[in-house]
Amino acid sequence: MESAAIIDPPMITPVSLPQQQVASGSEPADVAPERPPAFAVERLSIFYGEKKAIEDVTLTIPSKMITAIIGPSGCGKSTLLRSLNRMHELAPNTRIEGKVLFAGDDIYAPEVDPVVIRRRIGMVFQKSNPFPTMSIAENVLVGLKLNGVRDRAFLRERLEQSLRMAALWDEVKNDLHKPGISLSGGQQQRLCIARAIAVEPEVLLMDEPASALDPIATAKIEELIHELSANYTVVIVTHNMQQAGRCSDYTAFLYLGRLIEFASTTKIFTNPSERQTEDYITGRFG
Amino acid sequence: MKNSHFWRKTKSALASAASFVCALLVIAPLALVFLHLLRSGASAVNWSFFTELPKPVGVAGGGMVNAIAGSFELLGLAALVGVPVGVFGGVYLAEYGTVRGNWLLRFVADVLNGVPSIIWGVVVYGLVVLRFKSFSAYAGGLALGFIMIPLIMRTTEEVLLLVPAGYREASLALGISRWKTIVHIVMKTALKGIVTAILLALARVAGETAPLLFTAFGNRFWNHDLSEPIAALPLQIFSYAISPYDDWHRQAWAGALVLVVTIFFVNILVRFLTRERVARVL
Amino acid sequence: MAPPSGLGDKVFKWFTLAMALAVVALVFLVGWQLARGSSLAIRRFGFHFLATSTWDPVAEQFGALPFIYGTAISSLIALIISVPLSIATAVYLTELAPLWIRQPIVSLIEMLAAIPSVILGLWGIFVMIPWLRDHPFPFLKKIFGWTPFFSGPIYGVSMLAGGIIIAVMILPIITSVSREILRSVPNLQREAAYALGATRWEVTRIAVLSYAKKGLFGAVILGLGRALGETMAVTMVIGNTPQIRASLFAPGYTLASVIANEFTEATTDVYLQALFEIGLVLFGITILANLLAQLLLKTMGSTIKSGAVQ
Repeated sequence: MESAAIIDPPMITPVSLPQQQVASGSEPADVAPERPPAFAVERLSIFYGEKKAIEDVTLTIPSKMITAIIGPSGCGKSTLLRSLNRMHELAPNTRIEGKVLFAGDDIYAPEVDPVVIRRRIGMVFQKSNPFPTMSIAENVLVGLKLNGVRDRAFLRERLEQSLRMAALWDEVKNDLHKPGISLSGGQQQRLCIARAIAVEPEVLLMDEPASALDPIATAKIEELIHELSANYTVVIVTHNMQQAGRCSDYTAFLYLGRLIEFASTTKIFTNPSERQTEDYITGRFG
Repeated sequence: MKNSHFWRKTKSALASAASFVCALLVIAPLALVFLHLLRSGASAVNWSFFTELPKPVGVAGGGMVNAIAGSFELLGLAALVGVPVGVFGGVYLAEYGTVRGNWLLRFVADVLNGVPSIIWGVVVYGLVVLRFKSFSAYAGGLALGFIMIPLIMRTTEEVLLLVPAGYREASLALGISRWKTIVHIVMKTALKGIVTAILLALARVAGETAPLLFTAFGNRFWNHDLSEPIAALPLQIFSYAISPYDDWHRQAWAGALVLVVTIFFVNILVRFLTRERVARVL
Repeated sequence: MAPPSGLGDKVFKWFTLAMALAVVALVFLVGWQLARGSSLAIRRFGFHFLATSTWDPVAEQFGALPFIYGTAISSLIALIISVPLSIATAVYLTELAPLWIRQPIVSLIEMLAAIPSVILGLWGIFVMIPWLRDHPFPFLKKIFGWTPFFSGPIYGVSMLAGGIIIAVMILPIITSVSREILRSVPNLQREAAYALGATRWEVTRIAVLSYAKKGLFGAVILGLGRALGETMAVTMVIGNTPQIRASLFAPGYTLASVIANEFTEATTDVYLQALFEIGLVLFGITILANLLAQLLLKTMGSTIKSGAVQ
């Protein structure tokens, strides 16, 4: 049992953040890069019954970069994230106004099948949730198998590839038939990431993926997220500002369902334009 | 003041004692019946009980092999009716529908569960026996199957609701369709619970006699045709119990012992299964 | 884009909906079958069927009153015996008993519930009836013989024996449903009473029982529903004589028993029709009892699953 007290990461003050970003060599520009954006959210409002969870949000999420959504709990950041692959529709009585364009197509257009959208836009949840009846290998491959992929050689190849990308292969390659839930918490979360990338999505949505993990496991997940951004657009929701600062290129700050500010992470954490953003990241909030 | 406190404490103790006696009285019949079953039935449970057909009046010995086999056949037929309807109806209640609509369906299922089992016999008699002009194994199986439907439906719903929502979300987020999520993820996770629901319902109808009286009807011989009357253990117990022959009474006790032990065994097995399921899901 | 997944989803959803609607269809099927099977008798006897007491298949005279009476009285006896015992046991199991003893008793009660009716009847014929005839019945007659209820000859098989065996059959269900109800009483209720310095029993009486009144009534009605339709065990001990007698020692007959006994002997159409109508009456009253019970249980604001406890 690792003691949290010993390996607690040093508190990273907002000021120290830019250096980290420079060190990782991925200092983004303040304006979105030339690449076409992954998502264009246009005047999006989301309702649960009568309650408005997201109000008139417009933002552009760049492709093959990491975008963090931060904000106090209840601000709608999870709802915004889930609206990107229509997972929020699982709750009863949801309704949206506005548009979410993914690769130029409106994912809420009437002819669009949410199941197909979710195949292209994967998701990792706060609580790791490997399927309890399945082995490690079955967990990784379930998305492919249930979507009709039968080619064994292909499946085997994808299994290894996905686990490698999730930085889990070396730890589990001899235990592929063991139950997924026999792994440790951090390994389970990486298994869920492997499971999500096995279906070859273009985007990974992550809903507080490390909030239930200890600091060492968290560090591994963050490193992994950074590596994944070479191939995937990553959108991550976190209540942990240090995490947002450490591992994202862009940050959106949400408050009471409204988008207060969206800019490069460096700018948000060093020179925010909005007073509310500054109050939040310096902990002077509410 | 002190006195009243003493009196209140005494009253509390008395209430505890009295309710304990009531609890003993409630379980007393179980002990009485089971002990008597052992005493009167054990001596008649032997090899020929499980291997021989009933003997005619006056001839000692014989067994109930045809009734045991008949009971299994009837349970098989009942499962064909009750399991698909019950399980997938339970799926609907747990996974689809509106709050109000499902409340109503649950309500109807629970009311249906209170319909006396003999009524099912009458209904199936009108539905099948009159129409085909013959008592039959099909009719008996159908009557038992009808009884199983609300039982399995409600229990299946409960065990599916025990499956954490996170598994459904994870599956849907992989781009797996809703129905495949339900079948391959949710139902698979709850499989033990569903099996439990089915076993409990089977154990419950295995002892039913009333719905079989004029559907399966009973048969003193082997039945090789499901459209003909068929023997069943509870039916045989009943007809032997109300007969005037000591030898048949002994057989009735033996049959009762075998039936009760089987039902208890299934119930205990189910408890074992559920214990493991709870440990696993929670 | 990949093929739409919508079709499979639609088919599956409609399929499961159809299965769930089976319960509704079954209620109508039962009502329709019974009404159809008894239409001739209903037309021929009309309301007299329920109000006359002659049951003579040879003369084709059919009146259901003795069976309605027998069902009512035997169920009433069963409730008088089982309600106090069941509720006291439920109270014991949720409020008063030491923790270690609760689960074993609950398991034993579940096992009692699992004993088939026909086996209880077998025990009733050969063990309970002779004992009742030789010991409690003469004793009751000695003490209460001056009332019409405990007078007349003692045969053993009797309305009272029928009531007792039904009581045994419904003890488990009333106990387990009552137990669920008591368990659903919020602990806050109990704590508030304890905070006032109440004893364990006072807490039960003041905080728990008064709070759970409606639900417990629902449990009793649910038990009544089972009692009304109980068939095999009663048929084996009640004596099966279509008569209305004040004495509980006299044999009686119930709606369910007459169906069980005479259905396969019904040689004429009218006879069979009359038995179908008996079934219709039985179905009607058990549905009413169960409707009432479920309404009481479900509006208690708790999630009582009577289905799960048989």
